[in-house]
Amino acid sequence: MPLTFHKKPALVVYVTCGDPDLGTTLKIVLAAIDAGADLIELGVPFSDPVADGPVIQRASERALKHGTSLAQVLTLAAEVRERAQSTGLIVFSYLNPILRMGMEKFCKVARAAGVDGVLVTDLPVEEAGEYLRAMHEYDLSPVFLAAPTSPDERLKQIAGASRGFVYAVSRTGVTGQRQQLAEDARKLVRRLRRVTKLPVALGFGISTAEQFAEVGSFADAVVVGSAIVETIERNRGREAGAVGEFVRGLLAISCEPSAAAR
Amino acid sequence: MAALEELEREYERAKRDKKFQVRLAELLTTYAGRPTPLFFARRLTEKLGGAKIYLKREDLLHTGAHKINNCLGQGLLVERMGKHRVIAETGAGQHGVATATVCALMGFECVVYMGTEDMRRQELNVFRMRLLGAEVRGVSSGSCTLKDAINEAMRDWVTNVRTTHYLLGSVLGAHPYPTMVRDFHRVIGREARAQILKAEGKLPAAIVACVGGGSNSIGIFYDFIKDTKVRLVGVEAGGRGEKLGDHAARFRGGSPGVLQGTYSYVLQDSGGQIALTHSVSAGLDYPSIGPEHAALRDAGRAEYVPASDAEALAATTLLARTEGIIPALESAHAVAEVVKRAPRMKKSEIVIVNISGRGDKDIGIMRENLEID
Repeated sequence: MPLTFHKKPALVVYVTCGDPDLGTTLKIVLAAIDAGADLIELGVPFSDPVADGPVIQRASERALKHGTSLAQVLTLAAEVRERAQSTGLIVFSYLNPILRMGMEKFCKVARAAGVDGVLVTDLPVEEAGEYLRAMHEYDLSPVFLAAPTSPDERLKQIAGASRGFVYAVSRTGVTGQRQQLAEDARKLVRRLRRVTKLPVALGFGISTAEQFAEVGSFADAVVVGSAIVETIERNRGREAGAVGEFVRGLLAISCEPSAAAR
Repeated sequence: MAALEELEREYERAKRDKKFQVRLAELLTTYAGRPTPLFFARRLTEKLGGAKIYLKREDLLHTGAHKINNCLGQGLLVERMGKHRVIAETGAGQHGVATATVCALMGFECVVYMGTEDMRRQELNVFRMRLLGAEVRGVSSGSCTLKDAINEAMRDWVTNVRTTHYLLGSVLGAHPYPTMVRDFHRVIGREARAQILKAEGKLPAAIVACVGGGSNSIGIFYDFIKDTKVRLVGVEAGGRGEKLGDHAARFRGGSPGVLQGTYSYVLQDSGGQIALTHSVSAGLDYPSIGPEHAALRDAGRAEYVPASDAEALAATTLLARTEGIIPALESAHAVAEVVKRAPRMKKSEIVIVNISGRGDKDIGIMRENLEID
């Protein structure tokens, strides 16, 4: 299923799979979809999450403690897909676990599980030749990160290699919540729109309904990650319920009730 | 990526700039103390009864290890780029000290990331960095050692990339670091080659160096790569055993993978998670290896062997008592290999060992492990 955003602005929710455990992750994901998430990023925990701040670092460590693997995340994706036909599903992973599984095998299993796209955090477009070939062969959408520090030429390259949407990173830095949305964010989206017709999703640092509404006014989709992961961390034993509430809260300002409920 | 491209452009410009080369050479001689001697270890040679052993004395360089060659080079690049803040990762602390030293020399703000486990075992260097004016930030995630310090340094860099230069300390990371850091350390091998030809009128049969990230080893190997009869031997941390997690010998049990921007041999589990490593020496305790070493090994040009913690500790005492030189525990791994190799070589053959650093920082660990007092 190609990645499309059904409402504007769409909500993309990131979770670290396996925190606290895969069964709970499934419940959390379904609760998020029920509350209005259009697309889910299934985060694969990694031992060295260099692009992540402390919240997702902690979640990864917890998930790895009981051996959460890429293979298990792909199985989880299939379980989500069984229960949610029209939600976009992206596997969000660092490169090494994918290389270890084998690029070809990974794409094959992902496609069979009903995954729509993949975002590999530490794979720059310049090194993505083999990856793009495998992704295209298995009809998966490669999603790349565009940073405020990327010059226009590079933004063009990134957008050219992307399918589905371009993920704009709101500021220089790692994942994590921030009170003020940086000036960088609007400027980056503007620059991207000059080089691509693909929808632009903006992420990093968004945690409130106000921020969601603000970003939603200039981006096609808003990505919320650390705020969700922290909600999970803070609500042991009622993670899915808490995430559902949080997602509904995020959408409260921006969306009409009929669009938000699914 | 933009920062890496800027760095690569600046480095290429500097390489062609006569003034840069002259200034770097000046700092290497008047400040760092180059050239370092190539010393004939007569008593050690006699004791082992085989090849003639020469020691390349990088331990005599300012700050006590080879690291400063690279720090001076990158320091000058920071000046050219007009940045004022420098960050670095450090394992044993020698690169941290060299970075703090160069920042004090050139007037930059300096932050060094160090695993809390390494801070504990290399206390002397933590103090030196702070005395030199650097801020040392402890990293207590993951294994609390070098790879975790690198993660934190990278997080700082992507956040502060516009004002900050990441002064990476080894031949690792994304391009241009492996090439650039190797180039700054080539002086080691360039000197050694001229020195051995002057002393003996011929090239060595083998060069032996310890390999953590791989900077001192590639630095001494590089100018000998074209001399195909010279064997290049890298010594990895054999740690306390062969199980994953007990050592840091990448070529024994590692497989191709991507860690921290580099594609090379990595110690990892079946799911692609990076393995924990162990070595008595903080500077060798790292799960990946410089990609140029991987290329040399795959091409059959260089060979890589492990030396265990116990062998390195024994070699430390041996070198101290036969030559009056206390090596860093990292360098002791190279000496440990020479202890095995020299006796098997002809007396007419020469082996050069890179003593990449001095052992003062390791007194605490040596005290714990050796029966001295």
